[in-house]
Amino acid sequence: MAAETTSVLGVFAHVDTTLQAIRDLRQRGFADLTVYSPVPVEEIEEEVERVRPLSRVRLFTLIGGVTGTATGFFLTIWSSLKWELVTGGKHPVSIPPFVIIGFELTILFGGLATLLALLVLGRLPKLRPSPTYDPRFTLDRFGVAVACPPDRAGDVQTLLAGAGAEEVRR
Amino acid sequence: MNFQGKSADASWADVNRDVIRTVGMPGNTYFAWMCLVGLTLAAGLAAWPWQIYVGMGAAGKRTPQMWAMYITTFVFWIGIGHAGTLISAVLYLFRAKWRTSIYRGAEAMTIFAVMTAGLFPLIHAGRMWFAYWLMPYPNQRYLWPNFKSPLVWDVFAISTYLTISLVFFVIGLVPDIAALRDSATGVKRRIYAVLALGWEGSDSQWRHYRRAYGLFAALATPLVLSVHSVVSFDFAMALVPGWHSTLFAPFFVDGAIFSGFAMVLILILPMRYLFDWYTYITDKHLDAMAKLILVTSLVLTYFYACEVFTAWYSGDHFERASVFAKATKQYAWAYWLMYFCNSVVPLIFFWKRARTHVGILYVASILVLIGMWFERFNIIVPGLAHDFYPYTWGTYVPTLTDSAIIVGSFAWFFLLFLGFIRVMPSLSIVEVKEVLAHPLKHPRKHDAHGGGH
Repeated sequence: MAAETTSVLGVFAHVDTTLQAIRDLRQRGFADLTVYSPVPVEEIEEEVERVRPLSRVRLFTLIGGVTGTATGFFLTIWSSLKWELVTGGKHPVSIPPFVIIGFELTILFGGLATLLALLVLGRLPKLRPSPTYDPRFTLDRFGVAVACPPDRAGDVQTLLAGAGAEEVRR
Repeated sequence: MNFQGKSADASWADVNRDVIRTVGMPGNTYFAWMCLVGLTLAAGLAAWPWQIYVGMGAAGKRTPQMWAMYITTFVFWIGIGHAGTLISAVLYLFRAKWRTSIYRGAEAMTIFAVMTAGLFPLIHAGRMWFAYWLMPYPNQRYLWPNFKSPLVWDVFAISTYLTISLVFFVIGLVPDIAALRDSATGVKRRIYAVLALGWEGSDSQWRHYRRAYGLFAALATPLVLSVHSVVSFDFAMALVPGWHSTLFAPFFVDGAIFSGFAMVLILILPMRYLFDWYTYITDKHLDAMAKLILVTSLVLTYFYACEVFTAWYSGDHFERASVFAKATKQYAWAYWLMYFCNSVVPLIFFWKRARTHVGILYVASILVLIGMWFERFNIIVPGLAHDFYPYTWGTYVPTLTDSAIIVGSFAWFFLLFLGFIRVMPSLSIVEVKEVLAHPLKHPRKHDAHGGGH
């Protein structure tokens, strides 16, 4: 990352113009894009995700879930062995009732791990707003922010305007 | 196919405007309702120390009726919560688009219902400052953590349910709070800015968000089915006639969804009127909910028939006697009231007009809630009133103390809900926008494609 980069932001009112801008920019070799949208739009997502690995949230969920199952069975079996009380003529370690604890903890740990994933991977909470953010992006406007060397900013501005941006700013 | 009906006309900016205007300083009517709810809650809050001072006898608890109205109401509130998770998770996985305009209200209902339900085991425990003994951590207190007890399963199920529903709910709120932040000014803006966690709707945020949301829905779906099954095990694992049945898990889950949808209607209909959300909550939504109430009612009626049939077919003397006592003895009025409210009243929804008629929907929903409260009452109170031998038979009579606490619990629920709708968006801004037609400069042929998913 060179210190010498600048950001150009294009504000769009439509899904198709936003898509066009992303495609044009990619074609011209601008890879460092940030796309803002008020709602997740599948077409934009597909276009952006094309060059990215799959989100790793599910890995967190899996690890959390497996940890939960293990904890559930460990807690129940271990404490039953500490209190070796026979009830109803059954062995202190009776698996069927422990499945319930195992299941609940699978969901609990899996859910909390998913939350953790969202915070870690999505970098939340975000303490200060990005310089390219505009409050209209939670209303009805899309934004494409491009990080590029200052000498190419002019190109980017023309490109964004050409794709149909309502407003282009540096 | 467009499930939003009229709202296809609304633009994205309209959605922001229509939701954001509901947040803020309310009028006098609102405060009047708050006062009423607050006073009712105060009565419940006054009754509770009295019960601690006098003892559980003040709440009418004496053998064999140790569970009575507290556990009845506990199961009732847990059941109410289920519709919220069903709408937010199950219908999300099924991509049912009509869920978008009701899911926020329903999810808030879930959280507050579970928070209300959670009070009852504590109140019922009497000395609630020992409530932490319920948590079976490996302990130095020489308490036996009995993982074979349904009551311990309950602790795990309910606390997991509350945690996961809360996380799911908050995650859904974040992008909407960001929209509130961007339209607010001054102190409000600062508060919403903190709560929005710096959400900007950038692609890197959305991609993880969407994946996490789907996974939450996938986790919450089996959870919601398990929670009421576990609650039903509190009964089904016991040997009491009328309780000891494998039917209980699906029976409870179905009843929970049934009563939950009735509560959703009770909350959504006034909101639609007061906030003027006719564009978003259309007749189609009411129709869909009424149909779900009808289906769950029919399934419930089938379970009622099964219950009676198995009692007869088992040839078990005590089972038969229990059913006979429920239908004919001191609690017969509650038994037949339950049948009327849960099996007869919802039949009106076979009539198309009734499914969208606000008055009919409202009255039917209230009757359904009464019916479902009495269903749990009928399991617990008459069940314990007439078990194996006459020596243990006994009638329960409510007292002022436990009645005040029960009524107070409704006030507590409504206090939370009324508070919520004035500070948070009670209609999901993002999800409603998602199902509207996306803005296109060059509209394609299949124009009203209804968006993302």
